[in-house]
Amino acid sequence: MIDQRRRGFLKGVLGAGVATFALGSGIVPLRVEAATAPDASDWPEKAFGTPGVDETIAELYGMEATESDQITMDLPTIAQNGAVVPVTVETALPNVTGIALLVAKNPNALAAYFDIPEGTMPFVSNRLKMAETTDVVAVVISDGKAYKATQNVKVTVGGCGG
Amino acid sequence: MASSIRVRAVENNGVTSLKALVRHPMDSGFVKDSAGNVIPAHFIKVLTISHNGKNVFVANWGPAVSKDPFLECRFKGAKKGDELTISWIDNEGESDSTTATIA
Repeated sequence: MIDQRRRGFLKGVLGAGVATFALGSGIVPLRVEAATAPDASDWPEKAFGTPGVDETIAELYGMEATESDQITMDLPTIAQNGAVVPVTVETALPNVTGIALLVAKNPNALAAYFDIPEGTMPFVSNRLKMAETTDVVAVVISDGKAYKATQNVKVTVGGCGG
Repeated sequence: MASSIRVRAVENNGVTSLKALVRHPMDSGFVKDSAGNVIPAHFIKVLTISHNGKNVFVANWGPAVSKDPFLECRFKGAKKGDELTISWIDNEGESDSTTATIA
């Protein structure tokens, strides 16, 4: 018992010594995990906290979206389980820089948005939650303009609350 | 600990198709447990896919993305054998990262 405490004490002292040495000599151990983690500091808190489709598009992209038939949405018309609704969006529009997925009747409409750098295809597949029968809106940013397409999903079991 | 991210990336005719499945609760903050207490929001905010140090896809997620999120995307410019890095960070500051080789 006493021995164990002594060991703990010794370890502590040694650890502190090493840390002091590292700081003193300017060698600060790097946290490798933190270095590879993405930066979430510019995650748009406000856009993700806005109800209503048009309001959210305005908040996120600062413009209105016009209807487009160049956006292909692939999602079930009837979802048995609102907690997992697969949504796929693809578009023939040129120079796409972003795609956003919105669920009209969720407490906050914005579900996800994606940055599409040059060389990446304007395609995304994701699974979303929706509380009730609702419109799902896909927004595509092409040539700096916003376009949208809408499809209704009938939800038989809600995704929130179960 | 096993990685929370499972990835499969396949290159075909210059286009790499990537499928990723992340193990994460994605709690929305709107759900109550059986005792009536609200389960606090806990969800992935940002997931990035990078190739040669450059992001090829960035997903910004809200709590409306399903539990254990699945993502599929396609991009050009990578070839078989190239390495991709997939990382995420959630609203509590937890993060994970993994690498995958394009098949």
